[in-house]
Amino acid sequence: MFRILFLLVLGAGVGYALRRVAAVRRVDRTVRLTVCFLLFLFGVALGENRELLGQIGRVGGEAAAVALAGAAGSFGAACLLRRMERRKGGRP
Amino acid sequence: MRDNLLMLACLCGGVALGAADAVPAVLLRPELSVAALGLLVFQVGLGLGSRGDLRGLLRAFRWPMLLLPAFTVASTLLAAGAVWLLLGAGPLRDGLAVASGMGYYSLSSVIIVHENAAACGAAAAARLGAVALLANVVRELVALFGCAFFTRRGGSGAAIAVAGVTSMDVCLPAIMRAAPGPAFLPVALVHGILLEAAVPVLVTAFCH
Repeated sequence: MFRILFLLVLGAGVGYALRRVAAVRRVDRTVRLTVCFLLFLFGVALGENRELLGQIGRVGGEAAAVALAGAAGSFGAACLLRRMERRKGGRP
Repeated sequence: MRDNLLMLACLCGGVALGAADAVPAVLLRPELSVAALGLLVFQVGLGLGSRGDLRGLLRAFRWPMLLLPAFTVASTLLAAGAVWLLLGAGPLRDGLAVASGMGYYSLSSVIIVHENAAACGAAAAARLGAVALLANVVRELVALFGCAFFTRRGGSGAAIAVAGVTSMDVCLPAIMRAAPGPAFLPVALVHGILLEAAVPVLVTAFCH
């Protein structure tokens, strides 16, 4: 975890220091390429795992349940926050 | 859209080559994925630090804007963790790691696969990574297609919260179309930026 945090903070610091360099501001493109490469490696791991490919229905069910629960939870929490702000007379 | 298709093609290409056992040995070396993941997280930080609109955002920033991302993180983990336990799908921390993606499917799934591989084995890590990938893709789609509904029923804050990380990119145009005015633009951007920074930290914290 600390390695990830360190790399994230280091990247943000370097990005801020070099924010006027045009190439740095186009980092989105290299992020996409790196993500594609990692997704390819992830796909290889999935493809090699025959047992997992056989369970894809159950995996999809678990994923949908987590996603819908997370979305519903966020929706409820945002509604609660709006009600609290309205009671305080803040922004709508 | 084109980027999403490219990512889907890379994933499917990997699955096909993996299933056919046609992957060059050099691509299976664990150091390669460790280095690529480190590079990815560094680049995410680089992108956050070099944002051209950072100064404007800081000017528009108000402390109460922090409440929405805090509520999003807490409620996502609470609700998804409860459902994970109800499903009996495995240890709670696995469910929390999956939910911590907040719609950032690419980064969260690859971190989960990498961080869990040593402790749980490559097969179990790949399974959890697949759950994370699909869960966060579904969340992004729900946020994108349900944006108008969420705004109508719970205000723009609700649409931003459901969008998670994607409130600052993929879902931003839909959020702003449904919003009553431009005042929600900095709220959506601050929400997305803070969650983008939080995702790698949270996902790693819940991994084994």
